[in-house]
Amino acid sequence: MDPELLLIILVDGLVYGSYLFMVAVGLTVICGVQKLLNVTHGALYAFGAYLAATLLILYFRVDWPEYGAFAVMLLAALFLGVVFGLIIERGLLRHLYHEDEHIIVLATFAAFLVLEDVLLLIWGTDPYLAPEPLGLLGSTEIAGLPFDNYSLSMVLLSAVVASVLWYGLNRTQFGKLLLAVIYDRELAQAMGINVNRIFLLTFMLGSFLGALGGAYQAPAISVQPGIGVEVIVLAFAVVVIGGMGSIPGALIGSVIVGVARAFAVHQEPALELFVIYLIMATVLIVRPQGLFAPAKPRTI
Amino acid sequence: MSWRQDKTLWGLTLGLAALLLLNFVVPDWFRNILTLSLARGSVALGLLVLWRCGLISFGHALYFGFGAYTVGLMSRYLGITDAFLTIACGVVTAGLLAYGLGFLLRQYRGIFFALLNMAFSMILYGVLAKLEELGSTDGISLEATTYLWYAPLGAENKTALFVFAVILTWGVAVLVHLYLRSTLGNMTTAVRENEIRLGYLGYSGERAVHAKYVISGLLGGFGGAIAVLTIGHVDPDSMVYWPVSGDFVFIAILSGTGNVVAPFIGALMYELIRTYAFDQFPGIWQLIMGGTLLAIIMFLPNGLWSLVDRGRSRAGAGALPAEREEG
Repeated sequence: MDPELLLIILVDGLVYGSYLFMVAVGLTVICGVQKLLNVTHGALYAFGAYLAATLLILYFRVDWPEYGAFAVMLLAALFLGVVFGLIIERGLLRHLYHEDEHIIVLATFAAFLVLEDVLLLIWGTDPYLAPEPLGLLGSTEIAGLPFDNYSLSMVLLSAVVASVLWYGLNRTQFGKLLLAVIYDRELAQAMGINVNRIFLLTFMLGSFLGALGGAYQAPAISVQPGIGVEVIVLAFAVVVIGGMGSIPGALIGSVIVGVARAFAVHQEPALELFVIYLIMATVLIVRPQGLFAPAKPRTI
Repeated sequence: MSWRQDKTLWGLTLGLAALLLLNFVVPDWFRNILTLSLARGSVALGLLVLWRCGLISFGHALYFGFGAYTVGLMSRYLGITDAFLTIACGVVTAGLLAYGLGFLLRQYRGIFFALLNMAFSMILYGVLAKLEELGSTDGISLEATTYLWYAPLGAENKTALFVFAVILTWGVAVLVHLYLRSTLGNMTTAVRENEIRLGYLGYSGERAVHAKYVISGLLGGFGGAIAVLTIGHVDPDSMVYWPVSGDFVFIAILSGTGNVVAPFIGALMYELIRTYAFDQFPGIWQLIMGGTLLAIIMFLPNGLWSLVDRGRSRAGAGALPAEREEG
């Protein structure tokens, strides 16, 4: 194959992969610690996109430094992560931890339906556009094709998020506590770790990451109803491919899926829509626990 | 238990009679809701069969959509509009798909089973939304349904379809009920409780799961075929996308797994709530659906049928002392 095309496919794949990573990483964090699949994650993504788009439109009306836009996105995500983390974890999930895992998924599905309508009640059905940050960064030419620097910066953002998470998990005290809870929740509790607090903080962190994914994506897309529904299955697929709860898994999983999709787009467009699920099904068949999940003994 | 003592069979037959009589009374829109509840209830019945062995599928829109598309494609390409033939084909193709995928899926339990189903349903969604020959995102519209040599038009066609759907669904529900009473059917609970012990007893848990999976696939195809005949149109977003699968699980939760009648009651409740919410509060109907589901999970974890069971056990508790006195 033509090396230039290959380069384009790789860059395209990395950009799409970093988008996938941003939406999947929060899901996998929650999944790893709390052992639950959180469907509300899609709503967090949508809320992040809407809030960021609204704030950006307001921000660019006043004459403040243009690069402050990035701080606005971050703050929007932080705000949503804390507020929704509190509401969903304290108000709903806390009462369901003793239930079957299926029931918890369904409860988050129900909460997702509710949040979707709350979103419509707040923002209505009109699309929101806030492309200013996109123009701010300009574009680069790679192999004869112009790429937005903004999209390329998503790769950077994903790398930063992945490194910060890795560092936080493996090199800080909170990370050690988290690992203890992941490994054995009851024993961790017996050792005096406040598992309830850890769960709340984890859920806030995961929600923040979901909202950040939406907020950072907002300038690049038209923010409109339905983006949450689309994102949640993509994020599920990536998490399943990488192994539930594994951050490196989410990283590698999103790169694989991103590049595979870019290949499909450039070589075989008919495959584009379902290449992700094809990979997901293949991985589930060959290695159901996901590519990077730690092995678990079979229990009787 | 003999035929006569089986309350469920009596209940089903009473329901059949009631629905057939209702046909003369109810307005068109309500009959539509009833037919759709039969369709969705059938899929939820398939989920019930799976749930009895502790499995949930987040992708049964796969079979629902497969049955519906079989009917749609037959009408579009072969010009076949006969209800008997199209429904039979929809059911059989969905069943064959379930049989094939079953070899793979029967090895999985828990969340993996649920998600693998979702993956397959999303693959079908991708194929259907992409291929022009299959209608793409616009879907396929059906010609008017015929019944052997009987080709009714307009309102008469709706009546015919309703009667047809009611009778077929009754048959299906009776068959599933008899199956669940049988040894193979009772093995579901054993798979859920302790599959390894079941293996030591000389039964294959995987085979039991496979059989149940095929049954749920057949029921999914049946539901899809009835639904597409009722709506007259099939498209990927309203029949195969993942929230559709979510709706089926919703109905299953709402109904509870106590009895084959439960999914149909649950489906009717679901359709009523949905229609009412959509009609009265179009802006927040999803909120109402989600709120209902949350309330069920929180306050009625075993579904609507647990109310029936509770009523029965209360009646039973009242009768108990008298029996003791006799003894």
